[in-house]
Amino acid sequence: MFEEMIGKQSIPVKNTVELGSVRAFSKAIGDPSPIYTDEEVGKRSRYGTNLAPPTYPRVFDYGVIDEFNLPNVGLIHGKQTFQYNRPLLVGETVMCSTALEDYYERNGKSGLLGFLILKREGKEPNGQTIFTEEQVVIITEAVRKGMTS
Amino acid sequence: MNTVKEFNIGTPLEVTLPPVSRLDLIKYAGASGDFNPIHTIDEEASKAGLPGIIAHGMWTMGNLAKLFTPYYEEVFLKEYSVAFKGMVFLNDVITLQASLLSIQNDQYKFDVFAVNQKDEVVVKGEAILKRF
Repeated sequence: MFEEMIGKQSIPVKNTVELGSVRAFSKAIGDPSPIYTDEEVGKRSRYGTNLAPPTYPRVFDYGVIDEFNLPNVGLIHGKQTFQYNRPLLVGETVMCSTALEDYYERNGKSGLLGFLILKREGKEPNGQTIFTEEQVVIITEAVRKGMTS
Repeated sequence: MNTVKEFNIGTPLEVTLPPVSRLDLIKYAGASGDFNPIHTIDEEASKAGLPGIIAHGMWTMGNLAKLFTPYYEEVFLKEYSVAFKGMVFLNDVITLQASLLSIQNDQYKFDVFAVNQKDEVVVKGEAILKRF
């Protein structure tokens, strides 16, 4: 049912990595390390600023793929991958976008399961890639039926 | 500051978290912007057919990465990929583990796991740290 959407992507959205948000996020994952939270430690580090945790890109706005609507219940997060060319830095601007990389269906114990492969990217304003993400989201048959009826 | 010289094949990095609390998940919802109510509100979890609220998969994945944070003056996390194998419920006691698989040139490859108090694997994956 999502086959015709494969390859579609969002218009990139400008995001900024803010120290306050990074502090709150690092505390929420039980990792309030000084490299994320303490400005002085950030300045003295090899990066000259604080880092954001590797899973922080969850916070970013990636824009919307036209006509691609997912229910907000009944989805299962199956897999998650992050690939970094370098660490994400506090204070920097990141252009974020998302694309539907693939969609396929497989038989599972609870009926036909849909697998959405979503790709996300974070780039410097000059176009250099900082990180890419891949998410596998599983949609159960019950949820898919609810969407089409 | 910890150093990557401490990394040994066969000596895992490990930490056990305090029992998962509702406040942990409320904080993660707020900090991440993921307000799916199955993570915070009992009624919504049971409507979704769950025995209780469950942790965000990304909460566990986020926690798991902290095993590497002390080494970020020498390395950065180049690749981090996990599969979510099981649900994490309130009061579960999660142990995070990373064990070094191989060192190749400037890259350290780790197996990573999160297991609950019943020794069930809830998150399983791989991480590659790259030296500067």
